[in-house]
Amino acid sequence: MTVFIIRRLMQTAIVLVVMSMIVFVGVFAIGDPTAILISADSDMIERERAIAALGLDKPLWEQYLYFVGGAFRGDLGKSFVFNMPALQLILQRLPATLELAFAALVIAIFVGVPLGMYAGYRPESPVSKAIMAGSILGFSLPTFWVGLMMIMVFAVQLGWLPSTGRGHTATVFGVTTSLVTPDGLAHVLLPAVNLALLKLSLVCRLARAGMRENMLMDYVKFARAKGLTARRVVMVHVFKNILIPLVTVTGLELGNLIAFSVVTETVFAWPGMGKLIIDSINNLDRPVIVAYLLVTVSMFVFINLAVDILYSVLDPRVRLSEAKG
Amino acid sequence: MNRMSWRVLAGAFAAAMISIANPFAIGPAGAQDLTIGLGANVTSIDPHFHNLSPNSNVATHIFDKLIDQDEQQKLVPGLATEWKSLDDTTWEFKLRRGVKFHDGSDFTADDVVATLKRVPWVPNSPSSFRIYTQAITAHEIVDPFTIRFKTAAPYPLLPTDLSTVFIVSKKNEQAPTGDFNNGKAAIGTGPFKFVEYVPGDRIVVTRNDAYWGKKPEWAKATLKLITNNSARVAALLAGDVQLIEAVPATDYAKLKTNANVALSQIVGNRVIYLHVDSYRDQTPFATDKAGAVLPNNPLKDARVRKALSKAINRPAISERIMEGLAIPAGGVLAEGFFGSSPKLKPEAYDPEGARKLLTEAGYPNGFGLTIHGPNDRYPNDEKVLQAVGPMFNRIGIDTKVVTQPWATFASQGSAPNYAYSLMLVGWGAGTGEVSSPLRSLLMTVGPGRGGSNRGRYSNAKVDELTNQALATVDDAKRDKLLQEATEVAMADVGLIPLHYQINVWGTRKGLTYKPRADEYTLAMSVSRSN
Repeated sequence: MTVFIIRRLMQTAIVLVVMSMIVFVGVFAIGDPTAILISADSDMIERERAIAALGLDKPLWEQYLYFVGGAFRGDLGKSFVFNMPALQLILQRLPATLELAFAALVIAIFVGVPLGMYAGYRPESPVSKAIMAGSILGFSLPTFWVGLMMIMVFAVQLGWLPSTGRGHTATVFGVTTSLVTPDGLAHVLLPAVNLALLKLSLVCRLARAGMRENMLMDYVKFARAKGLTARRVVMVHVFKNILIPLVTVTGLELGNLIAFSVVTETVFAWPGMGKLIIDSINNLDRPVIVAYLLVTVSMFVFINLAVDILYSVLDPRVRLSEAKG
Repeated sequence: MNRMSWRVLAGAFAAAMISIANPFAIGPAGAQDLTIGLGANVTSIDPHFHNLSPNSNVATHIFDKLIDQDEQQKLVPGLATEWKSLDDTTWEFKLRRGVKFHDGSDFTADDVVATLKRVPWVPNSPSSFRIYTQAITAHEIVDPFTIRFKTAAPYPLLPTDLSTVFIVSKKNEQAPTGDFNNGKAAIGTGPFKFVEYVPGDRIVVTRNDAYWGKKPEWAKATLKLITNNSARVAALLAGDVQLIEAVPATDYAKLKTNANVALSQIVGNRVIYLHVDSYRDQTPFATDKAGAVLPNNPLKDARVRKALSKAINRPAISERIMEGLAIPAGGVLAEGFFGSSPKLKPEAYDPEGARKLLTEAGYPNGFGLTIHGPNDRYPNDEKVLQAVGPMFNRIGIDTKVVTQPWATFASQGSAPNYAYSLMLVGWGAGTGEVSSPLRSLLMTVGPGRGGSNRGRYSNAKVDELTNQALATVDDAKRDKLLQEATEVAMADVGLIPLHYQINVWGTRKGLTYKPRADEYTLAMSVSRSN
């Protein structure tokens, strides 16, 4: 297991270096940030001053080496736009994104798994058919549109929930979150449901497929023959077996929820990382873009690692040292 | 976990959902509180860090300037009660007495000097306010409430330039940007006091009860950053915010008939125009019909530029595409602003005349042209350009339309790349004077001139008249010179104006917003209608 983890971390380092280079060159190719940042009233002297102030007057390789030097000291550069360390800027937004992703994941799992299991248990019932039809909608309706519709219905027409932003936060066990205040929960509900919809459908379908497959297995027949109740067969034995694919997929999707919930964050003006990356790309704020992607890649690597470890716990047949990936 | 505890959990979850959905859980905002939905991102509370209008918009709540701009961008007294030129290169400003900063300290001439020192000092500024203070070569404090500024040459725009510079306390001359963002140095003399800045989310301010001017009606104002147009409109409809800026054209008609919403609008200081490469002998996107670059740049010929201008049906663009939120333009700044000429009318739609001019210029069959523009910068920018394309086609110019995100477009189309031949851009006159677009868009590129002249238009007469205006301290004379310079440039079609934008704000019923030409959204300008 140790060898496995070390090998993983080494691969990660290579991925990070290659990616930082690609992003550096890519952002450089898009254009000159000063052309966007500088006030239109400015003259040539001011433009040159700004270029020098942002360190853009040096050749690209020199800028990159400077960045790498800083990165080794834990400094990923200062945002051009905010004049704050890029990493600090990202970490500031991280709690908002994490709580949204967490809330969405909870909804996806706690709603999706039972629905999917029911649909798999009674595939012919009209309720199951309705669930499956609903999951198709969840897949195919654009998040953007669903978000706006939810705002129109629940915020504008019914006036039950606030339409935008993050609610009041409170500090619990040293963590500042809006998930513990009533106002915060009211704010997070719509965006979380919006973000969860797609994952919910996915989880629902996976659970249903797993259910149908497992119900035909020998161990289910054996358990029934042994005289176990249907409830115990499904809730304990089958449930454990359908968890394995669910964990893998959910793990990967969690990464997606955190890193790329851009659309939902934009529609609900949620002050998270997704909005930050879009704004930074629009402003060609290279330090933030690079830092963001480095953080994202690291996060994916660790989530995958956690999934692999969890996998081996759930399924004793899996041995981590054998995994070459 | 046994069955029982699952049930308890499920029950708790259901209870939580119900309590969340309870409409009474969300308290109504106090009658003294105002929440505003802003449409653009604010990047700092430091008023000197980034010369960007959303930042200045927020700073206007907390800080004052020596001279203010009213809704029409006319100069009105701020922290200076009066100002005059003693001679061509000396200005005297009388400062307001009895003004206190939010920390209780007195405002004097020392704070003005500290501000002038801080402006060029701010580290890592991506766009400095230095351009508005650099004309001042020396200052002299006559007494704590009288200050004199020296300029190297006659500089009539000094009061205008200073109307963009926020005064900070002398204690914060060396305060870094971070100290403003966390509130430590965010101390001004303005109508509101700083409370909180959450990047990407909101800015909160409270009323300054010791304010020297008219005190705002609101004890507390929250400026929320809602950059998505639909989300901003929804927030207004839901009553989560009481005022939104930049009402999108697509929602304008719907909001107008909504009983819960009131709209206010004004012709803004922004012109949308086409910049034409009239500089190069060969321009990369003017081709023959087969696609080979023409040996001579047809856009250098004023007749061709005039023909392009005549080919554009401006009323159709303003009415159909802008849904009435624009008026056809004939100059670079709408009528009523300082220096704009009432003689300049929008070019009439005349495809026949356009074809005749093309024939005269030696292009009876037209030529090929690719026009460029942004797709995320101005209201309906992409749609406008896509309407202009077929209008050019109608006079025989095979036109291709290419639009890009502003991030790509701006760096390609501007100095030093100048990659395009004809492009759609916009210009907001931050100073409210025609000298602003004239100096940046139409004067020959050079030090302090033509900074955004993306077509590198050059006309000796325009340069001469504008230079003369920029050195004429007498307002009436300057007004006339500016009018003349614009008329010359427009007769020569130095650029092709399309329309002036109309700025629209939406409020909840019962509130009124005093609309502003400079697109600023201020809590001070919101009042109860009755």
